[in-house]
Amino acid sequence: MATETLKPDLADTGASEELEPPHRQPDPPATATFRVWRGDREGGQLVDYTTSVSPGMVVLDAIHQIQADQANDLAVRWNCKAGKCGSCSAEVNGMPKLMCMTRLSELPLEKPVTVEPMRSFPPVKDLVTDVSWNFRVKTRIKPFRPRAPDAADGTWRMTQPDVDRVQEFRKCIECFLCQDVCHVLRDHQLQEEFIGPRFLVHVAALEMHPLDVEDRVADLRRAHGIGYCNITKCCTQVCPEHITITDNAIIPLKERVVDEFFDPLGRVLKVFSRGGKA
Amino acid sequence: MPDYQTFDHDVLVVGAGGAGLRAAIAASAAGAKVGLVCKSLLGKAHTVMAEGGVAAALANVDDRDSWRVHFADTMRGGQYLNNWRMAELHAREAPDRVRELEAWGALFDRTPDGRILQRNFGGHKYPRLAHVGDRTGLEMIRTLQDHAVYQGIDVHMECTLVRLLTDGGRVAGALGYDRERGRFRLFRCRAIVLATGGIGRAYSITSNSWEYTGDGQALAYGAGAALQDMEFVQFHPTGMIWPPSVRGILVTEGVRGEGGVLLNRQGKRFMFDDIPENYRNQTADNEEEGWRYTQGDKSARRPPELLTRDHVARSILREVREGRGSPHGGVFLDIAWIKRRLPQAREHIIKKLPSMYHQFKQLADIDITTTPMEVGPTTHYVMGGIRVDGDTQRSTLPGLFAAGECAAGLHGANRLGGNSLSDLLVFGKRAGEFAAAFAREHAGVTVDSGQVEDAVRCALAPFERGAGADGRGPYQVQQDLQTMMQELVGIVRTEPEMARALDGIARLAEQARQVGVAGNREYNPGWHTALDLPNLLTISEAVTRAAIERRESRGGHFREDFPEKDPTWGKFNIVVRRGSDGRMQLSREPIPPLPAELAAIIEEQK
Repeated sequence: MATETLKPDLADTGASEELEPPHRQPDPPATATFRVWRGDREGGQLVDYTTSVSPGMVVLDAIHQIQADQANDLAVRWNCKAGKCGSCSAEVNGMPKLMCMTRLSELPLEKPVTVEPMRSFPPVKDLVTDVSWNFRVKTRIKPFRPRAPDAADGTWRMTQPDVDRVQEFRKCIECFLCQDVCHVLRDHQLQEEFIGPRFLVHVAALEMHPLDVEDRVADLRRAHGIGYCNITKCCTQVCPEHITITDNAIIPLKERVVDEFFDPLGRVLKVFSRGGKA
Repeated sequence: MPDYQTFDHDVLVVGAGGAGLRAAIAASAAGAKVGLVCKSLLGKAHTVMAEGGVAAALANVDDRDSWRVHFADTMRGGQYLNNWRMAELHAREAPDRVRELEAWGALFDRTPDGRILQRNFGGHKYPRLAHVGDRTGLEMIRTLQDHAVYQGIDVHMECTLVRLLTDGGRVAGALGYDRERGRFRLFRCRAIVLATGGIGRAYSITSNSWEYTGDGQALAYGAGAALQDMEFVQFHPTGMIWPPSVRGILVTEGVRGEGGVLLNRQGKRFMFDDIPENYRNQTADNEEEGWRYTQGDKSARRPPELLTRDHVARSILREVREGRGSPHGGVFLDIAWIKRRLPQAREHIIKKLPSMYHQFKQLADIDITTTPMEVGPTTHYVMGGIRVDGDTQRSTLPGLFAAGECAAGLHGANRLGGNSLSDLLVFGKRAGEFAAAFAREHAGVTVDSGQVEDAVRCALAPFERGAGADGRGPYQVQQDLQTMMQELVGIVRTEPEMARALDGIARLAEQARQVGVAGNREYNPGWHTALDLPNLLTISEAVTRAAIERRESRGGHFREDFPEKDPTWGKFNIVVRRGSDGRMQLSREPIPPLPAELAAIIEEQK
């Protein structure tokens, strides 16, 4: 039986005798006002709701309180409440955010907090938008196709660094905030021509997958419209998973398109080395 | 004219978490025309939140592992109430199901020689959990989702079922509504696979989202199928407890697998104080050995923090009740201390537990690489559910199958971490295949329009009553139920408290029948919550009645008035059915004797 007791490092907690967790946030005001977009496909308006505020609250908590106490039919999507499912995307004070990860302590509560649906997608009701386009787009992308297994038992060998590179893209929780903020989709509505940052990340995950042997470069140029992206990096800024969308996914894909279609020497070399892909 | 759209499928899969997706893929591969119905958008189901990993005896990290050890671990963890056939199939087939995911594009963390890496977890003798940092569930659901969408499956997103329809004692279809427009959908089919997940929303402190209202269990019960083991609810020992708005959110067991320790207010590592007899041989008796185990020393035994979840949750509760808890009513989980052992501890923690780091930083202002977390038990999983046949996953109602959390049997009285992700792969596939075979082998059925009309009428009744007046709102009734279940049918149970809970459930059921909603049918969460209430009440009653019936303590079920395990009770599952008078009936169903081969495995692994 163990007798030694193990004290966690107390230097950071400020505690002396007993363990106390640090909670540095100041006391928030007792109530706050939320200016929530209420409406449907035909239109709507912002409606003010005042609700109580407790320590650590996030915007989604406030919406849920309003829903339970004042507006039972207030429509909102959510699931995990921990930033893992990507359901509760909205525009909070004009910024694309996951409501479950937006602390009230980060917001100026002396004025109303506006909560609106993502503006790049057609409204359904209140904070819920029609994001079905995204699910259709994915099926236009050529699926994963692995090389033949490396071992007799049907398995593959991959190194951790090779896996790490792609895992960054596979962190995506499909919240579609990047799609919401992308001006090609938001302002120019080129949904038919351009698949958007989320699906460029998806293509990057497939193209850089250590086992994948499919070729999606021609599709990237034509069907997926990668040329429309002019690298303003808005998508990277709003990504709650901190995926470096532009630098790590889109730019390398653009380079592949350039290598394939616009580099004469590369094209000659490819004729002789056809078979695998980079 | 009927007020609904009609869809025809051979197999209808309900739920699009791991089990539902895997079932839909399997049924489709078997040639069935498959419909997949889910309450949320695709890829948002609870599987996405699974953190630690998927248990499979690949033996990549420790070659002493095998399906036999995994089987014995699962049975020991379940205190031998498990459906042993399911435990056997699960242990045998999980490795192939994991490798299959890799063939569909999943990227697990790697061993130095390039194979799938495996980590330690509570109750597993060897490192067994294939994982991707601490976001394994996301990797799995995305892989399944991205595979499924190319298989010609009809996906009905944001659609909720309200009734299963039967024809002469067989499943004939289901009625649901789409959330977006509130229109009814009639699904006609020859077989249904329920994969609807758990019941966590019956409790106020839970890691589960709004979806987990026991729909599958309640729909099956309502259609005449049997439930079993409903008294076994898993309270995960480590949920966040502060600040209040994050209470219940899961803190992965992976933290302890990576060397995290549980401390009380005095900084004492209390898990060493009480090591159950049946785990004593496998558990380290000093801190040094426990640390060596987490670092891969094969000669070391696991630290007591990695005992089964039921035991760890009760130990935490004991510390809190005896006044040694943390300020907000939990204990401390400390991973930061490993900096005394590892040179690059901070980087190591962020690499191994990225979403935990992120979650605490963002939601609680805590840097877990420097500061202990405050944690306490949270309602996480239900071991019980729809009673199924071990090989085929068919329920007691012909044509109805169940897989994943909503089915019972694999986990017995307590589930081991990591066994749910493997459960849903193994039995999702089996359920899909056998449902497709059932659909192929059985003639069509007829949907009784009377049943459909009755279901539609019941579903619209809250609008007829309207909001306000003297009725209470759906959210108030739901919150009252959650608070009551938490207080009276929680981690520690007594008969008088549970008898009060039954009275409370009856009272709330009466209120639920009077609940009215405002607004129209388009995306109206008040209405949806009102329709979830009968399901929550049904499963709450099943949990409570089964928990009263089981007069012993075992696994996730702890009776303060019967604190000991009683071998007599180890011979039965408690089964719940709806009687012909509409009342809930309980019976004790004997567990079939273990075949000699499996009994020998358990003996040799003791």
